[in-house]
Amino acid sequence: MVGNATEADDDVLLRVHDLVVEIPTRHGTLRPVDRVGFTVRRGEILGVVGESGAGKSITGAAIIGLLDRPAHISGGSVTLAGTRIDGLSERELQRVRGARIGTVFQDPSTSLDPLKTIGDQLAETALAHLPITRREARERALQALVDVGIPAAAERLDAWPHQFSGGMRQRVVIALALIAEPELIIADEPTTALDVSVQAQVLTLLRRLCTDRGVGVMLVTHDMGVVAETTDRVAVLYAGRVAEIGPTRQVLTDAAHPYTRGLMGSTPDTSPDRDIGDRLVQIPGAMPGLTAVPAGCAFHPRCPSAMSICAMREPPVTVLGDTAVRCWLHEDL
Amino acid sequence: MSHAADTTADKTADDTLSVTGQASARGDTDDVLVEVRGLTRRFDVSSAWLNRVVRREGKRILTAVDGVEFDVKRGETYALVGESGSGKSTIAKMVVGLLEPSAGHVCIDGTDPAGAERAAMRALRRRIQMIFQDPYASLNPRWRVADIVGEPIRMFDLARGEAVGKRVGALLEQVGLSVGDATKYPHEFSGGQRQRIGIARALASEPELIVCDEPTSALDVSVQAQVLNLMRDLQRDLGLTYLFITHDLSVVRYMADTIGVLYLGRLVESAPREALFTRPAHPYTRMLLDAAPRLDGFGRVHATDGGEVPDPIDPPSGCHYHPRCPVATQRCEREYPPRRQVGGSEVACFEAERIRQY
Repeated sequence: MVGNATEADDDVLLRVHDLVVEIPTRHGTLRPVDRVGFTVRRGEILGVVGESGAGKSITGAAIIGLLDRPAHISGGSVTLAGTRIDGLSERELQRVRGARIGTVFQDPSTSLDPLKTIGDQLAETALAHLPITRREARERALQALVDVGIPAAAERLDAWPHQFSGGMRQRVVIALALIAEPELIIADEPTTALDVSVQAQVLTLLRRLCTDRGVGVMLVTHDMGVVAETTDRVAVLYAGRVAEIGPTRQVLTDAAHPYTRGLMGSTPDTSPDRDIGDRLVQIPGAMPGLTAVPAGCAFHPRCPSAMSICAMREPPVTVLGDTAVRCWLHEDL
Repeated sequence: MSHAADTTADKTADDTLSVTGQASARGDTDDVLVEVRGLTRRFDVSSAWLNRVVRREGKRILTAVDGVEFDVKRGETYALVGESGSGKSTIAKMVVGLLEPSAGHVCIDGTDPAGAERAAMRALRRRIQMIFQDPYASLNPRWRVADIVGEPIRMFDLARGEAVGKRVGALLEQVGLSVGDATKYPHEFSGGQRQRIGIARALASEPELIVCDEPTSALDVSVQAQVLNLMRDLQRDLGLTYLFITHDLSVVRYMADTIGVLYLGRLVESAPREALFTRPAHPYTRMLLDAAPRLDGFGRVHATDGGEVPDPIDPPSGCHYHPRCPVATQRCEREYPPRRQVGGSEVACFEAERIRQY
């Protein structure tokens, strides 16, 4: 997808271009990610939003080279600060992960080693990626805990993961992702397992780190409210394809794709300024499975505005100001 | 409850027909179907006896639900909202009689499920059903849909022979599935369709009260919207009463008539929907509302307290919320505030009036 082809290149941290992920099976080849493209700039949070089966997590996994076999990248490119990182060997990728790209996953307990103290885990990660001494690594570990807002950080350096609450654990995971000073963070549903009050704290933290350090963040989520409050730009994924991408406010308030409009309408909201109305907007049906992606526009069987061409040909990318959309409604036919 | 007896008599009369008879009761706003008083549940979470002796530990008691009181009016939706450890699911289990209270009671149309005789309990069971969170775990994978939905009909002898199949077909259509789906197995359906099967099964015994424990938390938003709309339609058409358990305030705003907010096992605020969302009286409710993401909250800064729900085994003294509360006084550390009326809310807070101002 185009998006930002014209902007200055040195501002772009991550460029994903026409990325295709395929899974060969006995019944044919599945395409969970189909020509996905977007960019993440320094100091920017890009939201990647979609329902289950949209391909958002697998896109993140493809970028950091953590696809489960037999899934593999079969087309397109991933460029980090001007250097291609798709097709690197596992050894080279290990150097990229942690050092240049930090990751935060949904469940903080799976990202931490239960048999090592928090301090040791942080220090080891720092040592693995930075040319520093053990002592410096320990100091850095302490600073990292302070940075993510862990109270009494010095005492908690020797604590074990199980002694932390869920929210504190996710802060530690963020500290772990940041300790080697990566340029990019990929956060996959980082607050989905957390209570709403803790979610707000963790997202505020992510936002602040992004502004203060100029880190780029790719935030994968299913929650349109989180997208609205946390991200600068958003890519809406449907059936492995980018339906629409653009500045968050514009996409959410004046959606160009019927799927984005449907998503917004079906999301219940607590905003005092929004009339909740009597009924939520219903999108009929559900996201298609990978074995049964409809021809043409994948959304057409559920689309209230579908035309005959939608079932036959996949819509091209239409650029409308800052947004880009794949929908026949925006093409002159 | 004085009117309990005649309502029950009413019920048996049109038992085998349908539940439309209840619709007449809906207009009566004072008609309470579920009465919960002083409901308390403690769990013993101690280590094994020998370990306790060796380590010289005492018993550890978790008070999951602590003196909770509320009424659910007939034909309405009462929502219990809370974060993890609030005791919301424990309350749901006690209301349907899956768990006995340690103290206090639940009264459903005059009958206490915990103390009821066998026959009375069986009659009550038919009138209360439950919808669960995980549509993948709550349906028997080896049963066909016809058997899953048909079981309560046979159980309670609501129909026999061919009539069972007809009733199943009607129920499936009522929840937006087709008659032909009856011969399929649960794995042939998507998550949203499975939840529809769960709803059809719950409706099969023609209940009055459905306890819904996070019914849409496992579903995608577009599917959640379908299920929530369906549940509202069914409530309108069948005069159902819902006890709706959730952690999600936005869903509550769409579904509930009255909302109870739980914090560490205690009901801190209970209010009609509009009052709760426009003028929350408890500082915790206020914080929850602020923390919930909004679709129009572009770049919004949250006023979160930086705290988290503490360990329920060792909760703070006095008002459990006081360590996180922006308006807490010394009194809040010592005493648990009694419930009182402030504005449209019933609230357990000494400083509720100040909350309105800051």
